[in-house]
Amino acid sequence: MVAVAPIRSELTRDQQIEHVLNRLAYGPRPGDDERVRAMGVERWIALQLSPDRLDDRTTDSIVSSYSALGTPTSELTAMFREVRVARRDSMRLPDTRRTLQLSLAQVSSAKLARAVTSERQLYEQMVDFWENHFSVFAGKGQTRLFIPAYDRDVIRPYALGKFRDLLGAVAKSPAMLFYLDNAQSAADSVHRTLSSRRLREAQPAGSRPLSPGLIVPPGGVRPPRGLNENYARELMELHTLGVDGGYTQRDVIEVARALTGWSIDPREGAFVFRPAIHDAEEKTVLGSRLSALGGIEDGEQVLDILARHPSTARHITRKLVVRFVSDSPPPALVDRCAAVFSRSDGDIRETLRCVITSPEFFSKAAYRAKVKTPLELVASALRATGASVDNTPRGAQIVARLGQPIFGRQTPDGWPDRADDWVNAGAMVNRVNFGLALASARVPGVIVGNVDPAIGASLSTPEFQRR
Amino acid sequence: MQRRVFMKNGALALVTMGLNPTLLRRTIFAQELVTGAGSLGNARGKVLICLFQRGAADALNVVVPFGEQAYYRLRPTIAVPRPTLATQDAAIDLDGFFGLHPSLAPFKSLWTQGLLAPVHAVGSPSNTRSHFDAQDYMESGTPDAKGTRDGWLNRYLATKGTCEECAKGGNDRSAKGGNGKSAGAREAGGGNGTAKPESLFRAVSMTQQTPRILMGPAPSVAMNSIQEFAIRANGPAAANIEAMYATGGSDLVHAAGSEMLDAMKILRAANPQQYQPRNGAEYPRSPLGQRLREIAQLIKSDVGVEIAFADVGGWDTHVNQGGATGQLAQRLDDFAKATYALVTDLGDRMADVVILTMSEFGRTARQNGNGGTDHGHAGCLFVIGGGVKGGKVHGRWPGLEAEQLNEGRDLALTTDFRSVFGEVVRKHLGASALDRIFPGFAPSELGLL
Repeated sequence: MVAVAPIRSELTRDQQIEHVLNRLAYGPRPGDDERVRAMGVERWIALQLSPDRLDDRTTDSIVSSYSALGTPTSELTAMFREVRVARRDSMRLPDTRRTLQLSLAQVSSAKLARAVTSERQLYEQMVDFWENHFSVFAGKGQTRLFIPAYDRDVIRPYALGKFRDLLGAVAKSPAMLFYLDNAQSAADSVHRTLSSRRLREAQPAGSRPLSPGLIVPPGGVRPPRGLNENYARELMELHTLGVDGGYTQRDVIEVARALTGWSIDPREGAFVFRPAIHDAEEKTVLGSRLSALGGIEDGEQVLDILARHPSTARHITRKLVVRFVSDSPPPALVDRCAAVFSRSDGDIRETLRCVITSPEFFSKAAYRAKVKTPLELVASALRATGASVDNTPRGAQIVARLGQPIFGRQTPDGWPDRADDWVNAGAMVNRVNFGLALASARVPGVIVGNVDPAIGASLSTPEFQRR
Repeated sequence: MQRRVFMKNGALALVTMGLNPTLLRRTIFAQELVTGAGSLGNARGKVLICLFQRGAADALNVVVPFGEQAYYRLRPTIAVPRPTLATQDAAIDLDGFFGLHPSLAPFKSLWTQGLLAPVHAVGSPSNTRSHFDAQDYMESGTPDAKGTRDGWLNRYLATKGTCEECAKGGNDRSAKGGNGKSAGAREAGGGNGTAKPESLFRAVSMTQQTPRILMGPAPSVAMNSIQEFAIRANGPAAANIEAMYATGGSDLVHAAGSEMLDAMKILRAANPQQYQPRNGAEYPRSPLGQRLREIAQLIKSDVGVEIAFADVGGWDTHVNQGGATGQLAQRLDDFAKATYALVTDLGDRMADVVILTMSEFGRTARQNGNGGTDHGHAGCLFVIGGGVKGGKVHGRWPGLEAEQLNEGRDLALTTDFRSVFGEVVRKHLGASALDRIFPGFAPSELGLL
């Protein structure tokens, strides 16, 4: 654990304690402020940045009660096929259908449970940050089958690691490959593929499809094959460089060409590289030449170039500053911490440390200046009242009703992180009613004892909407 | 030719087509002046109600091309029979070639009155067969362009609205001030120069979450039901909350809170619990029926609704969809009864209302091996309203012979949905900046309104 230097701040010590609990955690539980005071804000932050050092067995045991969370993707895809066949043949739907639905609902509910109970609060904040940065939508086709693994094996292991590792894990995740269509992106007919034969020739009609889609659409006709730019574009616009990051439409096409063949094995529900649909010719990405016959290395090189681009350092750092400091990110702070990102080869922990120990973070301007998202509102209210969620899907539904369904953002830009996107007349009614319902312990899915009247009354106040 | 409109007394009045629609509108407005209605800003402006049939409705069994031999060859067990007096389980003749599915019987009177304009072979030029992608395109208004973040209804609101943020465009949103969405900041700029606040209920979606079609910088309200738009507390607790949010803090949270209180006051005054549909309208007790009932309530409460949205699922009929009766027939029965009740209930207000239905794509022309249909291409939609050129099936019919089908399997597309949506917002709502609402698209004129 690397120590945190003494904090320079305009805030009083009490305000600093409140501030870190509201910003770096999902709000204080009863007694949390005393614990942070006893340990010191600096040491608390240092521990939160090293989550492995925090004992979190209570959360582990709660999460283990979500029976379906660990189901391998290959089992989920098998269940999906079984249900589909039964539906097609008008048979009674098998019980696996329920298991399937449950496993998907449990990922969302477990996310809320962790936000409420985990000792590793900053880590949970960062998991949410990345799941939102690399947003996928459960409602698009089979994406939902891949979400348990996305949370478990893609985002969580890398949330405080190196950005390049995280980016690579996302690029190879079936969830992202399916959601942004790269799984079905194939070399255009004007370009040669790694196997000299074209896919269509290689695959006689009726044989088991080579193609990424797990499922032949009803009726048996598959979409025409060809280059799909969707992932390539969002990879640069949203995941790395940012919209003004200095790429052109030409780069989008070249990146898409480099990533052809990055696809999904339908049986295993796992990443597979398909040489037969990979564009084997030379490409030029942001001025760098990728020589012909690069195969899977084309995509790796593209990710290298993007992860280390200065625009990416700025884009990622700016989003971190918006999340943790202010809706109007101070440019000097973004510059300073983007330099840390670049110097450390995209070390997320070090970049985050720069942001959350800065004078800007501990400034009066930043104090209580953010408005809670629905997830933050629900988690902080449950923490304030000492409540927990049961392991049914109802927990996640509370957040959804407030307008932020977990893994429910349709567009790839993720949920907005600015106050004016979250507070309006309609949203306020739901927020106030949620506070009232929790105060009187009548929120389905929430386990709570007698709520202290003063805390209960605070849940519906304007102040409680802020963090 | 005659056109019927519902008049204020609830009785049917016959108005000849020769009557200038503007004059008709003036008459209604004159009545409002007398009754004192319409005092809330532009409360009685034009209204557009959009209904999304999610799941891809089977257009060929909705507006049935019974004049096509091929239709009956392609669908041996699920085709809707040709119109006949012998049974009600047959298409309802419209023009000797097209007929309505028998479950759409309530629409026949709208057709006769000239209020109903079906458009056939309409849809998205994208060849996607994914529900998600196709709905996304129909709501973003930009087929095959996945980068669009806002919905086309939101862009309409932004082009005519007074929301400051909207003028800045999607990506540069950093400079916005603290209370940009407060009621006081929404002063109207355009129009006749009289500044009046934009209604909180200008755009209302009867859905849990804001739908894709309304996503974007222009404000809108999404609610499951009017009843849910109330603080669930009473006595001192409720008074306490009102006091906290009414203190006039200038920050976003207080501003939104006081908007919430205003909105609740308006809804309370409209007295939703006491609402009685007019003109004998009978809404089905289905979710769609209840949502449309509440849309009618809001419109008639003069709270300034300009755009209303609702959606209804259950159209993805891959298996045993049935013909004149069965699964699809039941969905259509609810759809028709709910929509007809809305039209009946709105009565004379239909002179200023257009109902626009949509579904992401049509289904295969040929039935599949399970007595259903699979994901297709072009579909059909309905435009309903007092100002609509009804009584005619719009759009060029491409035919159903093998060589006329899209990819050899679906109804081909002859009308881009943006032409229909564009004409509706331009002619009905007076939108001028169509190039901002449907960027990069040159709409063609159908003569729907």
